[in-house]
Amino acid sequence: MTTPMVEISGVHKSFGSTAVLRGIDLTARAGTVTVILGPSGSGKSTLLRCVNHLEKVDRGLVRVDGELIGYRRTGDRLHELSERQILRQRAGIGFVFQNFNLFPHLTALQNVAEAPISALGRPPSRVYARAHELLERVGLGDRGDAYPRQLSGGQQQRVAIARALALDPKLILFDEPTSALDPELVGEVLDVLRDLARDGTTMIVVTHEIGFAREAADTVVFLDEGRVVEQGPPAEVLDRPRHERTRAFLSKVLV
Amino acid sequence: MSLLSTHRPGNAATGDDALVVVPARHPWRWVATGLVLIVLAQFVHGLVTNPGWDWPAFAGYFLEKSIVEALLLTIGLTAAGAVLGFLGGIPLAAMRLSRNPVLAAVSWTYIWVFRSVPLLVQLLFWANLGYLYESLQFGIPFGPGISFPTTGLISSFGAALIGLALHEAAYAGEIIRAGLLSVDHGQHEAAAALGIPRTRQFWRIVLPQAMRAILPNAANLLVNLLKSTSIVYVLAIGELFYQVQVVYGRTGRVVPLLMVATVWYVILTAALSVLQYYTERHFARGAVRALPPTPFQRLRRALR
Repeated sequence: MTTPMVEISGVHKSFGSTAVLRGIDLTARAGTVTVILGPSGSGKSTLLRCVNHLEKVDRGLVRVDGELIGYRRTGDRLHELSERQILRQRAGIGFVFQNFNLFPHLTALQNVAEAPISALGRPPSRVYARAHELLERVGLGDRGDAYPRQLSGGQQQRVAIARALALDPKLILFDEPTSALDPELVGEVLDVLRDLARDGTTMIVVTHEIGFAREAADTVVFLDEGRVVEQGPPAEVLDRPRHERTRAFLSKVLV
Repeated sequence: MSLLSTHRPGNAATGDDALVVVPARHPWRWVATGLVLIVLAQFVHGLVTNPGWDWPAFAGYFLEKSIVEALLLTIGLTAAGAVLGFLGGIPLAAMRLSRNPVLAAVSWTYIWVFRSVPLLVQLLFWANLGYLYESLQFGIPFGPGISFPTTGLISSFGAALIGLALHEAAYAGEIIRAGLLSVDHGQHEAAAALGIPRTRQFWRIVLPQAMRAILPNAANLLVNLLKSTSIVYVLAIGELFYQVQVVYGRTGRVVPLLMVATVWYVILTAALSVLQYYTERHFARGAVRALPPTPFQRLRRALR
């Protein structure tokens, strides 16, 4: 049995007096797609942000590829890592935001090339050649010199995915990647996600696209009020949900 | 309404297509324009005909050697004050945004004090520092060091520069902070998620975007500084305004020499405004879908 790519155990997180995550246990094997579903406010995004330490967990552990995220363990003590070490860990984990968060003053190509040069110290000429390849892969080979505001929402999100891929991450986290898009642009982004899934990229995707979950996910996780209500293959969780709350959620989403 | 009502079906015989649109007349606009032009003409007439302006004297002194030297000093003081002021402003802004309460409080207090004390008062303080501390010592805090007499260390030019820089830094710090706050939080998160090193995040991602909010205010500050340099005349430094006073004290030609200074300040401000225009344009890349043409590009297009 190989170690899982992502191992989340006993994660708790509160914002002030609001408990957002109340003991999450979750694992994802390498090369699999995990889709996290749940009503808004269920803690999906927070959980995702804990995986690359954009949020600090209050309790519990997150491991990616066997490496503890954000902390170093000596005996029964956890020492918080320095910012430099955390940034180095993050460079191995791609993150795609709901609002793209492309750098508006840099071209598409510069957006993709920035992190490999400055975070990994790779030579710029090679990075730019690869950035161009990645833009081609997401269907934007001819838009490298465009600034983000000159692109449609779907194109911007595809650039953001290319930007995440440029670091050759072991894992990519997607935080509602299609929620900010016009309905007719959702398809082009999901196509890229399906393509990545086929290539064996390890992905955790928070989304409301049940259709995508059904065809691309290896595991579907249903989250509610900061707890995992149920998880399993999509055929099980989506078609034969065991819990009342999952059923209620799906009946609302699948109308 | 009137257009719609005239367009009735079956009216084609009268030739609706041939109707002429007559724009509304604005007679009062013409009256207002006329009045403004009359006042303007009167003003220009006065400038030309009133012998008090003494234009020949103005022309004689405008490029006079001592005036040009004083002008260069004014430019130098402005440039040095601006550079030192903004260099001081960056750490002040960073400290005020810091989560460390001591750093934030120190920065807040600095800005409070230096915005409270009039520049003139501050300049006089620095010029008279020798009364307060006879010597200045450099070395380990509370430990040994080398000491210098204050008056030898801080000339009146040095006092002026220190005063201007400290004063500017307080304002620059707030302007930079405003710019940094204007950058969307998602940009910081994206940079952090990509593992971009902290200093690189600041210089490559955050600051260029903050510049859009910083520049108009910074230009204001710079223009203000240019004119504030005239205050240092109290320290008997030969900048433009001081030199002008020296000359009219000798010759009695007050008005033409004040005009010499005024016109130079106007020219320098115009140069700064052009600089501001192109700098803002540079940092507008990506913020708008297509940059509007510059005045030169517009002119060239119109002439073609």
